[in-house]
Amino acid sequence: MDALIEKLKGQIIEQLNLVELKPEEINPDSPLFGEGLGLDSIDALELIVLLEKHYGIKIEDPKDGKTIFQSLRTMAEYIKSQGKG
Amino acid sequence: MNSITSYAHIKHNQVSVNGTIVFQSGATALTDFLMEVYKAIGLNYPKFHKMDAQCKLGVLCTEYALQQTGFLESHSLQQTAIVLSNAASSLETDRQHQQSIADKSNYFPSPAVFVYTLPNIIIGEIAIKHKITGENAFFVSEKPDAALLVNYTNALFAEQTQAAISGWVEVDGDAFEAFIFLAENTENINKNTNFKPLNQITVIELYNQTKWMH
Amino acid sequence: MVFASYSNIISPLGFSTRENYAAVCDSKTGVKKIQLPFATDPFCVAKIEEALIQQYVESIGNFQEHTKLEQLSILSIKNVLEQSGIDPKDKRTLLIYSTTKGNIDLLENNSAIDKQRVYLPAFAQHLQAYFTMAHAPLVLSNACISGILAIIVAKRFIEQGAYDNIIVCGGDILSEFTISGFKSFNAMSNEPSKPFDAKRTGINLGEAVATILMTNKKELAQPYHTQIISGASANDANHISGPSRTGDGLYQCLQQILSVPKAEPGFISAHGTATPFNDEMESIAFERAGLSSVPVNSLKGYYGHTLGAAGVLETILSLESLKHQKLIRSEGYDTKGVSGNISMIEAHVSKSFSSFIKTASGFGGCNAAALFSKV
Repeated sequence: MDALIEKLKGQIIEQLNLVELKPEEINPDSPLFGEGLGLDSIDALELIVLLEKHYGIKIEDPKDGKTIFQSLRTMAEYIKSQGKG
Repeated sequence: MNSITSYAHIKHNQVSVNGTIVFQSGATALTDFLMEVYKAIGLNYPKFHKMDAQCKLGVLCTEYALQQTGFLESHSLQQTAIVLSNAASSLETDRQHQQSIADKSNYFPSPAVFVYTLPNIIIGEIAIKHKITGENAFFVSEKPDAALLVNYTNALFAEQTQAAISGWVEVDGDAFEAFIFLAENTENINKNTNFKPLNQITVIELYNQTKWMH
Repeated sequence: MVFASYSNIISPLGFSTRENYAAVCDSKTGVKKIQLPFATDPFCVAKIEEALIQQYVESIGNFQEHTKLEQLSILSIKNVLEQSGIDPKDKRTLLIYSTTKGNIDLLENNSAIDKQRVYLPAFAQHLQAYFTMAHAPLVLSNACISGILAIIVAKRFIEQGAYDNIIVCGGDILSEFTISGFKSFNAMSNEPSKPFDAKRTGINLGEAVATILMTNKKELAQPYHTQIISGASANDANHISGPSRTGDGLYQCLQQILSVPKAEPGFISAHGTATPFNDEMESIAFERAGLSSVPVNSLKGYYGHTLGAAGVLETILSLESLKHQKLIRSEGYDTKGVSGNISMIEAHVSKSFSSFIKTASGFGGCNAAALFSKV
């Protein structure tokens, strides 16, 4: 799980152009949206692309994203639950 | 009385403000150059890194033109217009999007790229950064068209507009250039000998003013 | 005074304004679920039938030398020139072209046409050469407000004095480029779109070219006897793809255009794209501007979202609406699904009125609105 979380940190920094952020600065339990990383609606869509591109997971209903993308940890747990991490 | 009160020009890896070169870089890649300029002007704006190169260029050039002018405080932001132009529209980013859909076995169109396949997003980014809510227009012309920009900003000044950010912003392949001038109603502003009249000849003069280093 | 004059619409519903208005009155829609060559699943889009284009395009000499958008634009502009009798060579005449992507299909296809024409100035010069126009056309590319903004720009330039006649042409074609992009935004509906409806899920893309002549010449006011009274654009300064939740930019436009004496709009031709956010935002802006009792429609249920053509096409149909004293049903609407207090046009109905508002909003936080009124 930790390895997956570390890998995810690098991937979201790249996919979302979070250029000024270092992986060690991301708390896996902080909210991705709202406070925490403060991601926006386009970032939410980009995370869906990330899941498909790197893990082959297709999210049919973007509304599912709310729970899946709550934090880096919930993302990692979802990936594992799909047998992909 | 409408005057041009400040202008900035980015070209040939250099930044010029009111005709004087204030920054130059030996960077070979555009992304590196833009990052250097971002740091040189001391911008602290994380959204910058999500922008495409053309928007970054437009935002930076505007920052330089705005520096130490008090332009945004002199007029209502609702009455501040942004009128920009270029020849390539958003082609550089269009090519990127096109590439992402070219290979059916590696088909991942990105919303973060697609949103930048419209040239007026440069206007949007400048508006968001400075909370400017006035008139917008993005024209696509073969070359910088001083007459068009001056005539249109004057038409806006004849209505509610009191200030305008105007110019040319383009990234096309390896070529890039941004020229931004600030025009405003200077009726009630203390006369400043640096104010220049808002007309076609002046805009062309200021555009050609910088002695670029080669 | 700037009058709205002769017009033309080329769309899935016909190749003239008259055909299009008749089709809309007949509640026909150009939106269909079709199989597109590049997609595995069918898409709900409003596409102009190839066979129909082939029929009309033969009237253009050497039509294979023009792209699809150029062919349709030439047909449309030609039609307006013929109706109005104005001379494109005249120095006091200008063409303003409104488009979001122009010849973007040149990026993907292998046609023999010069790839340089993916550049909008080259596209514009191509039209200039065809019609031997005195001036290079102005090209406006400002996302989905381009069409109505081009009409407002025309008004401003005519009033400034440099031109008497400005032909405003708006056009965009369906392309894999655009469809794939909107799909990545999850903005498209798989069914015919339902603007302002509780069950709306997104847009249908459409293609069209629409042309209208704006003029200060009284003798050319004959088609509609209507002038554009006021127009404005404004930016939300909020987010590059999501509109202001409180409709700030659009509200600012509406305040401005309504600040003229005796502004009593008979209806609003809304942008109404059927995305959850756009329609919600528009309803809030309309209520804030005191327009709650003014009937509203979106024409996107008939045409899909035609991007650069939308503002021109929808203005023309609204002019027809005004001319015939008839309100057109907001196709796709059944139950209110927005929180702003607004009045939807649920069925075609005759009404006596003398003016209307056209609104538009787009990516980049832009908004625009214009008020048209019978002279």
